[in-house]
Amino acid sequence: MAKKGLLIHYEYCTGCMACVVACKQEHDYPAGRWGIMVNDCTRETEGRVQVDFLPFPTDLCDLCARRTHQGKRPACVKHCMAECMFYGELHDLAKKMETMPRSVLFVPK
Amino acid sequence: MNEVTIFRTTAWSPGPGCHGGCGLELYVKDGRLVKVEGDDEHPYNRGRLCPRALALTQYVYHPDRFLYPMKRVGERGEGKFERISWDQALDMVEERFSKIKDTYGAEAVIFAQGTGRDIGGPISFLCYSFGSPNWVQLGLAGHSCYTPRLAAMMFTHGDYAVLDAGQFVPEGMDDPEYEPPEVIVVWAQNPAAGCQDGFYGHWVSDCMKKGSKLVVIDPRWTWFSSRAEKFLQLRPGTDAALALGMLNVIISEGLYDKDFVDTWCLGFEELAARAAEYPLERVSQITWVPAEDIAEAARLYAKAKPAAIQWGVPIDMGPSGTTIAQAIAHLWSITGNLDVPGGQVIARAAFDVTTYPFSTQELHSLYGEEFVKRMNEKRIGAAEFKLLKNFRGWGQPDRAVEQMLSGDPYPIKACWIQTTNMLGGQAADTKMHYQALLNMDFNVVVDCFPNPTTMAVADLILPAASIAEKESLRSWWSPLQVMMSAVTVGECRSDWEINLELAKRFNPELRKRFDTVKDLIDDRLKPSGYTFDELKDGHWKFPEKDTPTRPYRRYEKGLLRPDKKPGFRTPSGKIELYSTSFEEFDMDPLPFFTEPPESEVRTPQLAEKYPLVMVTGRRSPVYFHSEHRQIPWLRECDPDPTVEIHPQTAQELGISEGEWVVIHNERGRIKRKARVTPIVHPRVVSVPHGWWLPETQGTEPNLYGIWDINCNILVNIGPGDDSGYGGGPYKTALVAVKKLSQGEE
Repeated sequence: MAKKGLLIHYEYCTGCMACVVACKQEHDYPAGRWGIMVNDCTRETEGRVQVDFLPFPTDLCDLCARRTHQGKRPACVKHCMAECMFYGELHDLAKKMETMPRSVLFVPK
Repeated sequence: MNEVTIFRTTAWSPGPGCHGGCGLELYVKDGRLVKVEGDDEHPYNRGRLCPRALALTQYVYHPDRFLYPMKRVGERGEGKFERISWDQALDMVEERFSKIKDTYGAEAVIFAQGTGRDIGGPISFLCYSFGSPNWVQLGLAGHSCYTPRLAAMMFTHGDYAVLDAGQFVPEGMDDPEYEPPEVIVVWAQNPAAGCQDGFYGHWVSDCMKKGSKLVVIDPRWTWFSSRAEKFLQLRPGTDAALALGMLNVIISEGLYDKDFVDTWCLGFEELAARAAEYPLERVSQITWVPAEDIAEAARLYAKAKPAAIQWGVPIDMGPSGTTIAQAIAHLWSITGNLDVPGGQVIARAAFDVTTYPFSTQELHSLYGEEFVKRMNEKRIGAAEFKLLKNFRGWGQPDRAVEQMLSGDPYPIKACWIQTTNMLGGQAADTKMHYQALLNMDFNVVVDCFPNPTTMAVADLILPAASIAEKESLRSWWSPLQVMMSAVTVGECRSDWEINLELAKRFNPELRKRFDTVKDLIDDRLKPSGYTFDELKDGHWKFPEKDTPTRPYRRYEKGLLRPDKKPGFRTPSGKIELYSTSFEEFDMDPLPFFTEPPESEVRTPQLAEKYPLVMVTGRRSPVYFHSEHRQIPWLRECDPDPTVEIHPQTAQELGISEGEWVVIHNERGRIKRKARVTPIVHPRVVSVPHGWWLPETQGTEPNLYGIWDINCNILVNIGPGDDSGYGGGPYKTALVAVKKLSQGEE
């Protein structure tokens, strides 16, 4: 079976935390257990301030196997308010990535 | 057994708590809410959902929730309450309120609300059924939340207007009638951190994906500032000068829409003369923004077709907030962006169904013009402020708190407090409001959780239902939709249910009209021709094309005025750039800039002692004002009450990241954890509001830590300004910041 992953178009991540809480709800994680985190990468650069966020799926991320098995999207992808996360086969995502500057691919264990 | 049932409903109630109208899917198993997802079909959020709605199960079943009515048995502040039945509780309210009414008049009871949710409908209904004119956002200095902007729009062009993100048409941004704004001005808001005023924040990023360019005006860098063509980092409270400077550029460079202005606007010459008093050198000096940046921003906005402005509550909180909003409304008016696709689209409640009510017209249609006029005679602030008397139904909050303490011009004896934790939240000068509430003979609090307000002042607590447990309606703005109950929790009741039952006791006439809340909702839905049952479970409705509550260009089609003539719903039928209504209300008919009550210009000596401008109220995506601090999934995303301070300023003060510091001025001191970050201007500190610590002692004297960390201790009540609305100085208090001294707590 082709390998699956997440494409995160972080150019559009606004740091809204929907992915974080969607993941906790889906997996019933208590506070303190994170399937995905959002890093604040804000910094001063070239005389301006760049406010960027980067979602980071942790070692607990299983790409919502239970959901995707039922044909649903992973909880983070579905609820992402900026619609900047995509689930799919890696080669499709890599193709999609070409049109999405400032994005990263995530592949779980 | 073990079957999951999905209920499709709409947010805008306890839970997320916000102003949004997202479609929710509530998963219920064995009578218990087990999961919440966004409704993929819903036009508002298209399946997406915010963290607050996604944490709904932790909210609904939180161990701290109020589950039944309770009366106070110890002293106020001791936290001693005893469970009673609903009948006992409602009897108590009826008896105490009736006694006060008989002795002092109905106006001696104030009905106080916060913001968000569907509260405006049920609380005004109860307030008027009881016979009191005093529906008040008690604590909200200058009533500085949306109403100043609404007033400016209503008296300028006879209607409200919002950025068009396709929210009024069924296919949204894919609708054939729609086009995205070429330029969006994000003015004083971080739309990604909430759903402000019926607007889904991420519609702005949706528009950006469709090519919208940004101009951002804010004292603070946001995600949007970093992606803007032009970012204007202005001095807090100087938005009016900036808007007038932009108007000056647009008018003097001939960038306005001449045909539109000639056909539809009045008072252009007067506006041009006023704008000319704001040359860019002067504006730059006032606002800290380089003149060239202002000119370029004005040109970007004026040359784009269409263009739209998404504005935030700091407009209302600026000095003379109503006039700031007026200046900004002039920007979209003279550029011909009103009620066009992708511009500033006129926003009316879908099908003219009233939920909140947001306008004088809606109050009249619900309660009758004569009744509303009679109420206005004793409404707090109405004698002093003509605009306030002639617009909506609010009592003036600053005069209200003064009157609660002074009894002048008439005594206030009781307070009905519903959906507002004002002592942990909106109340400016927290101590003054604390004293005023303690001065009441009887306080009832309707809420979901214990908080500093319930603990300090409640004599009776009524448990409110969350979004998962209630029936209600929403027409803010489109589509028309209803909320349906999926589960029950304890003996919690919805705000509508509580208020309808009490309203019937005060006005027995209502018994004949409304047996249940559903009857009342059906009555309100009448203008639409739909019923609750037809709309429930995800059957929202958009108004038809070419009707008064759906865009576009309704002023050309005679869809806006009661006489059905083309034009706008103003006295002249035109957009009144020179406001004849403001003139009638003894206000300046044209926009102007005035300094904040405290500033480097107005109070230079104070500014020397307290050199930093404190902006409070920056939004967190995981909180709605003072809510959600006890929700584990949310609190861990934003755990501490912080102060954002620029690295250069922090270095000068010897402050490091993560260190607890003192923020102080002549009104008091609070402690915050330093977050050293370049996103704030070096001369500004940003102090998030609504902070209390549910994990600490709730009883007196701690009250969940508010006296230590609530930023509103440092903020004055409002001046009221000339309209009665606007100018609550939440964004302009002067402060100093210092390290905690050794041994200091």
